[in-house]
Amino acid sequence: MTSKSKWLSAPYALWSVIFIIIPLGMILYYGLTDKTGAFTLDNIIAITTAGHAKALRLSVLLSLVSTLICFLLAYPLAMILANTKTNKHHFIILIFILPMWMNFLLRTLAWQTLLEKNGVINSVLTFLNLPNLKIINTPAAIVLGMVYNFLPFMILPLYNALAKIDKNVINAAHDLGAGSVYTFIRIILPLSVPGIISGITMVFVPALTTFVISALLGGSKLLLIGDVIEQEFTRTSNWHLGSGLSIVLMIFIVINMIASAIFDKDGEGSML
Amino acid sequence: MSKELIHLNNISKSFDGQMVLDELDLTIHENEFVTLLGPSGCGKTTTLRILGGFTTPDTGKVIFDGRDITNVPPNKRPLNTVFQKYALFTHMTIAENIAFGLKIKKKSKQYINDKIHYALKLVNLDGYENRMPDSLSGGQQQRIAIARAIVNEPRLLLLDEPLGALDLKLRQEMQYELIRMKNELGITFVYVTHDQEEALTMSDTIVVMNQGYIQQIGSPESIYNEPENAFVADFIGDSNIIPAIMIEDKLVSILGTRFACVDTGFGHNKPVDVVIRPEDVELVAPLDGILQGVVTHLIFKGVHYEMEVMAGGFEWLVHSTALHPVGQEVGIKVDPFNIQIMNKPESEDEEAVSIDI
Repeated sequence: MTSKSKWLSAPYALWSVIFIIIPLGMILYYGLTDKTGAFTLDNIIAITTAGHAKALRLSVLLSLVSTLICFLLAYPLAMILANTKTNKHHFIILIFILPMWMNFLLRTLAWQTLLEKNGVINSVLTFLNLPNLKIINTPAAIVLGMVYNFLPFMILPLYNALAKIDKNVINAAHDLGAGSVYTFIRIILPLSVPGIISGITMVFVPALTTFVISALLGGSKLLLIGDVIEQEFTRTSNWHLGSGLSIVLMIFIVINMIASAIFDKDGEGSML
Repeated sequence: MSKELIHLNNISKSFDGQMVLDELDLTIHENEFVTLLGPSGCGKTTTLRILGGFTTPDTGKVIFDGRDITNVPPNKRPLNTVFQKYALFTHMTIAENIAFGLKIKKKSKQYINDKIHYALKLVNLDGYENRMPDSLSGGQQQRIAIARAIVNEPRLLLLDEPLGALDLKLRQEMQYELIRMKNELGITFVYVTHDQEEALTMSDTIVVMNQGYIQQIGSPESIYNEPENAFVADFIGDSNIIPAIMIEDKLVSILGTRFACVDTGFGHNKPVDVVIRPEDVELVAPLDGILQGVVTHLIFKGVHYEMEVMAGGFEWLVHSTALHPVGQEVGIKVDPFNIQIMNKPESEDEEAVSIDI
């Protein structure tokens, strides 16, 4: 790289200093100090208090469940897409990406309207004389919102990984006597691991940190760790505690990122 | 000839309305090295995929040792395939790759280990058990692909242009190794290639294909020396293909000049094509030749000189170790035995089309 082309990265470098490096530094500063400015680990340790630990546990649990559901929905679809020879698969992928073009908040609000006690779904059920659903303000509603919003992030890396597998490698497994199930377990699944890891990361991380989905679909009783942090910043105005909890969350995310970097050497997840 | 192993009976296959194979009939005998040879799109790979079970023919039957296996899936067929570009399992070690088929057959650990050892020895890659496929060169990967197939002791080994991705020197080396392996293992090989030299070097039988039809089946010698039509003559090696008139048995008029030949049974004054290999054209002093001409091009090819001689209105391709400079007047002589008479093509499919390889 010449020294001239290095300057081309200057706008982005400036951007990342102002909007990424400095804010991160501030989070670290606030997280590791108390109101007097003295160093403390109290804000980090605060995660162990009952309410915070409960929120973190619920966040991890719901994120894991959502990730698993996304995986189970996306894998078969990605396999079908990867085996579609014609240009049809571009169209099918478009269908799955299409909702992403709409604002995330709007989509989640739409689900709120659909799921509400007197919402669209229940109105239809009442009209049909069927028992009403009580999904809104339950963990199920949050999981539904997460799966709906993050599913495309699972499909695309899986599709990329599966499409890359040489058809003759699968033919070779059949040729050597392997049936469909054995070929899937021993060949297709292991070869798609990079895509699986990226997909999991790309669903799990945003699901873990979300506060919008839980706020809109989970009501005020179901707090995720994202909601707790948001409240510390906006309502309680305790930036120190909010930053401390953010650092804890970041540690979780970094662990996930490291795991994905180890497995996803080819950067399948970088498509989005 | 030994026992019949495979019979392709009246196989037709089309893709998207395009006929790829048209009523193909082919018999392959036990312990034979058969090469399907032809330009791309001639149907040779489709034929191989039908044998392997990866493609189902529209009509016709695949008979294996007397049993109809047309609808038997690939994993239940008593044969194995070596794929173009190797198709190794990149997430497994070499040993795991080779053991793949044996583990499915539930062989004992001892048996599998012995087989891995034996197969690696056979392909000259002793000690590579724990390497990963990506760390091997193309030639080595191809050998592993062969090892992975043969440990299963198939009765038939299908090879789909296995040497296509290798450089020339490695390709020639592998050709000799394949012949050695085939003789050591005593199994039937069906080999697909578009490389006529590869076909001539390795095969017991060559099946020349074009546009979904078999053009000629025969030993390398008969295919080279007695091509049945202009396509085969043109595809296998260089040749002079000249329109001619068969005056009577053993006498042919080429470019208005009478040449003695050895062929009979073509009738009287019948238009034919003659094939004369460039190495069979003898250049002599002008008055000693049957035809007189002038050397127009000269290229040094290493073993021989390649010359073009304008004689009788035709540009003759000549290979000779003797140098005749451009502009020199020469006479052309051809031994009657080296003039191969062919019937004119009756259908378009048999015509010598331009070859894109």
